Amino acid sequence: MADEKDTQTDAKDTQSNGKGRVAGVIEKVKEQIRPKLNQDLEGLRQPQKTQLYKSIFRVKHEETPRSRSLSVLSNVFLHLHPARINRDAVRYSYTWGMGGITFYLFVVLTFTGVLLMFYYHPTKIQAFRDILYLEHDVPYGKLLRNMHRWGAHLMVLTVWLHMFRVFLTGSYKKPREFNWCVGVILLVLTLLLSFTGYLLPDDQLGFWAVTVGTNMARATPLLGSEGPLGPQLGMTAYNDVRFALLGGSIVDSNALLRAYIWHCIGIPVIASTFMIVHFWRVRKDGGISGPSPVMLAKEIKPERP
Amino acid sequence: MDWHQLWSILSTPDNVPITALLFLVPFYTWYGLRQAFANDRLIAQLETDPVLAKTHPRKTFPFRPGWSKEVPVWPYLLRIEFLAAIIVTVILFVWSVALNAPLEEPANPNLTMNPAKAPWYFLGLQEMLVYFDPWMAGVVLPTLIIVGLMAIPYMDANPLGNGYYTFKQRKWAILAFCFGFLGLWVLMVIIGTIIRGPGWMWFWPGQTWDHNRVIFEVNRDLPDIFGITSMVGKIIFGLIALGVYFGGAGWAIHKLFVMNEFNRKIYQRMTLLQYLALQFFLTTMMLLPLKMVLRLLFRIKYILVSPWANI
Repeated sequence: MADEKDTQTDAKDTQSNGKGRVAGVIEKVKEQIRPKLNQDLEGLRQPQKTQLYKSIFRVKHEETPRSRSLSVLSNVFLHLHPARINRDAVRYSYTWGMGGITFYLFVVLTFTGVLLMFYYHPTKIQAFRDILYLEHDVPYGKLLRNMHRWGAHLMVLTVWLHMFRVFLTGSYKKPREFNWCVGVILLVLTLLLSFTGYLLPDDQLGFWAVTVGTNMARATPLLGSEGPLGPQLGMTAYNDVRFALLGGSIVDSNALLRAYIWHCIGIPVIASTFMIVHFWRVRKDGGISGPSPVMLAKEIKPERP
Repeated sequence: MDWHQLWSILSTPDNVPITALLFLVPFYTWYGLRQAFANDRLIAQLETDPVLAKTHPRKTFPFRPGWSKEVPVWPYLLRIEFLAAIIVTVILFVWSVALNAPLEEPANPNLTMNPAKAPWYFLGLQEMLVYFDPWMAGVVLPTLIIVGLMAIPYMDANPLGNGYYTFKQRKWAILAFCFGFLGLWVLMVIIGTIIRGPGWMWFWPGQTWDHNRVIFEVNRDLPDIFGITSMVGKIIFGLIALGVYFGGAGWAIHKLFVMNEFNRKIYQRMTLLQYLALQFFLTTMMLLPLKMVLRLLFRIKYILVSPWANI
């Protein structure tokens, strides 16, 4: 019995001791962890003060001119912008936003294009089936393809309108002459990007459009088999410029592969390079051209001798 | 009036950009010219009032002394860019949900599409094929368009209108560019889309595309009309005709160019190379409407006929 009692009291003791220990641990935890927890909660309340935030954004964000400038200048994606711009340049009426929209569409097209590449094989046997697969089985495949195609059409339109605006505002004039030339090259590259993509579904539409388009290459002076002075220089259907474009004398599997490589790698890389130059020159030539104060005819400076 | 035909052309998904073009291009032309005319009124005012010209901020936008001339890019520009990206994304999403990208039957070299049309942005070039041989329409003229566009800043010796919309100060440049862009390029894209049907024949809007239609059109060459039959004679005649054209067009352009006082001053500033390049690109551009008139109204196909090349 006594033993029993003992064990009972022991059990009680250990119980109460155990309670005490647990309580003690909890007490300790509360004591030590709470301030740490509070630190983290503080971080949630003011994320801009955390190490994580500072490591990413580098500068404080405050509503001061200095902070606003730094948030643009010290950001890799935004640093192409100046810190401050002409107060009237943010008006839609001046730029129509077409250049920026064109670039945004290029980004959208790259994104959707990469996703499309996951489902596409540039071979005569697979290409058309891949489009059908994309349209009927791939989740959101149809939306993806539609966005890519309409985005491309929209980009051609915005490039034209951008060029039109730049002309109407005389923005190609000194010192921006060269950047206009870069822009013309980008216009051509945009059209070529769109055109090379046209063949890829390998349907009647693309096939005949590319057939019509490349048949013209046959007629290139000197370099085409049917162009002026081409035959005299030894050009045939098997060595002329059209053959080089198609990788053959007809629009077939080689043409599909070439269109694919130009469309997905060649022209995007070239166009990106020119875009870098284009944007860089916008800054180097003094930012966007206006709206600048109007100049009067009598203020034209006499020409340099 | 075959409304169904017209609708089936305009509602073809690939032609939606053309429909957009029909609205966007006139809208932005109006939008730009409206600002140009507003600036022109300001310029006229400042020209008559030298005192005001010294103090005026010289923009049509409101400005008060004390306002800073610049604003921080963040947030004033970046929020607009962000908003523009969202709007474009929404438009693209709605467009893509509403309309499917076209997909025809699998490519079949044995079954020719009729009409076989290039993508809409190249229809201007395809339409040029009616008036010129492929080496001109498909290679030489596109190259000249690109080179000509790139040469614009170097040929335009007018220092006015740099960075603001104006019409009065740049009449010549704007009219020439609008003629090329709106009058030739955009118009030909629209003709290629809406007017040209099977066999690349001319169908007025609302006319049914008749696949069995045949046009008995006997085209002549310019030398034929003058009864020249020998090869050498045709070549010599063609070269002379082209020479007369370039000479005449160049002379007419020159007369138009130096018609007003301001342009005469600009002409003084131009070097010989600048002026000749301008003349070359303008006269070559005008060759297209000339050949359109010759072909569509007088059924004349070539001016210069030779065994190697025809123009």
